[in-house]
Amino acid sequence: MWMLEIPPFVPFFIGALLVLVTRGLLRSVIMVAIPVISAIHLWSVPEGLLVQFAFLDYQLTLYRVDKLSLMFGYVFHIAAFFGVVYALHVRDTTQQVAAMLYAGSGLGAVFAGDLLTLFVFWEFLAITSVFLIWARKTERSYRAGMRYLIIQVLSGVILLAGALFYGAENGSLEFGYIGLDGIAGWLIFLAFGIKCAFPIAHGWLTDAYPEATVTGTVFLSAFTTKVAVYALARAYPGTELLIYIGAVMTFFPIFFAVIENDLRRVLAYSLINQVGFMVVGIGIGTALAINGAVSHAFNDVIFKGLLFMSMGAVLHMTGRINGSSLGGLYKTMPKTTVLCIVGAASISAFPLFSGFVSKSMVMTAALENGYDWIWLVLLFASAGVFHHAGIKIPYFAFFAHDSGIRTSDPPANMLIAMSIAAVLCIAIGVYPAALYSLLPYDTGYNPYDATHVLAQTQLLFFAALAFVILNLRGLYPPELRSTNLDTDWIYRRMLPTAIQYLLSTVNKVDAALRQTFLVRLEMRLANLAQRHERLSGLLSRNYPLGSMVMWVVVILASYLLLSFLH
Amino acid sequence: MNNDKQYIFDNPKNVKRLLYVFYGLCLLLFGLDFVINRHIYHSWENIWGFYPIYGFIGSVCLVLVSTWMRGFLMRPEDYYANEEEKSELKAGAKDVDA
Repeated sequence: MWMLEIPPFVPFFIGALLVLVTRGLLRSVIMVAIPVISAIHLWSVPEGLLVQFAFLDYQLTLYRVDKLSLMFGYVFHIAAFFGVVYALHVRDTTQQVAAMLYAGSGLGAVFAGDLLTLFVFWEFLAITSVFLIWARKTERSYRAGMRYLIIQVLSGVILLAGALFYGAENGSLEFGYIGLDGIAGWLIFLAFGIKCAFPIAHGWLTDAYPEATVTGTVFLSAFTTKVAVYALARAYPGTELLIYIGAVMTFFPIFFAVIENDLRRVLAYSLINQVGFMVVGIGIGTALAINGAVSHAFNDVIFKGLLFMSMGAVLHMTGRINGSSLGGLYKTMPKTTVLCIVGAASISAFPLFSGFVSKSMVMTAALENGYDWIWLVLLFASAGVFHHAGIKIPYFAFFAHDSGIRTSDPPANMLIAMSIAAVLCIAIGVYPAALYSLLPYDTGYNPYDATHVLAQTQLLFFAALAFVILNLRGLYPPELRSTNLDTDWIYRRMLPTAIQYLLSTVNKVDAALRQTFLVRLEMRLANLAQRHERLSGLLSRNYPLGSMVMWVVVILASYLLLSFLH
Repeated sequence: MNNDKQYIFDNPKNVKRLLYVFYGLCLLLFGLDFVINRHIYHSWENIWGFYPIYGFIGSVCLVLVSTWMRGFLMRPEDYYANEEEKSELKAGAKDVDA
């Protein structure tokens, strides 16, 4: 019954169906069991497996197993597992079914071997995940979800167009290296870029993720962007443009993160920043850089999940998520505090935590390949990550001024899910060899030499020193209830305003034109009427008796004439 | 709920102690630069204290630039909100989980 050819999205889709028809404990058991069973199944699948079928003139590959896809396959199972455990207390069929379908779509996408299959799962990802946002059931989340859905579907449509061009150019839809030549390459690149939250196209992420439910955001943070990272690693390794795009992605969000009040939105910005490191690695394209990008994606799913879970726990227990209304929670949520700090240390890439063993590969690759300035940007971004995700998140939620909120640690299932992620963060940090053995290339890289460890520790400690000094002097920007403008302003404010202005202008011009035309017409008519109004004129109101008699005479004469002719 | 309970950081002395330990660690790390012989990938790394100085200055710049950005990016919380969302915000619905 263990058919190797069953792609991993199948158990998740079947799971979603089972969740739909079951209730209570049975449903919970099914939800936990699906990722576990599917992961064991995936573990036994050999590399190089292909499941193909013919569709019209094309060979489609539903299931392709190699090191790159397996890596993402494993981590998606881990994310689905702790996501499900974290959400065990939720009694909302929509969310549970959507989460299963969403995780399955992510798995379908990374194991897709052709562009058409990829496109199908690409759109599934969009459609299933939006329910995790809408499940918040507020007007705000409804509108944010709508914007999210439109942009995600747009990315899919561009991907489809690219795939069709690609098929026409190459006679095959195989999803391998594509590169930036030809229109197909650019269209597909653009589609991946939107989902990967490239700068300017990143607005959907910071707009929508913080509006999702407590448990929904944990799922959202794991799949969509990582599928895009996988797709870029598959189709565009060594594309130099990606180095610069990635560097900008690591760089700009940290400024926004420092002044953002909604702590889950801070994490959304830091998600873009982390994806930036991966994109740089893919752009460099050497074995070490690709390893760095892929392993960082693996680690990011876990530590970003942990951070979103810890902030979710805060939101769940206090009903608040704004830095301005939190503080002092370490007193009543000590376990959550510790778990959050583990996540914060991992994302900041402290030695012995998971971020360190993967991010340092990308940095080293940047230096080795002569990208000095990029390396400096990445170094600055590393210090910046520590600022907003490493210090700001734990500090403003759990320490800072006491908000007076007294609550307790979240339910056991949430704590267990966070603990699983925290243990993984430390385990990978302490024993990176396990992670490295899964990587696509064997580079013999060792992160733990004195140089790396000292340099990274110095960088982080002095970044922290800057925070301490600025904070003590009152120069650190306080948390304020506010909205910060970002690129989503373009479609949330500028375009609607511009369209409104355009429409009102068109309206005004139209009204003016009609008015002028009417006035002219009226004048012309009046003129005509006047001209023909005189006595015996065409439009005259009175006719003299004489002309009446004349016309009678004319008629009678005609009659006479006709009777003669007869 | 016992609000009178004293927690570890309610005592300013504990905060001070923590900070002194932290300053000590910073000094130690800076000092290690002169002791440990690191292999160099880039000439900038030859500068003594390159990483600590870069980390410190970078962070200060980050915070100052962000604060300056607030000047032209910050809007009221209900900037994008329509009428319904505004009433949600007032009721605190944004904060409360469904």
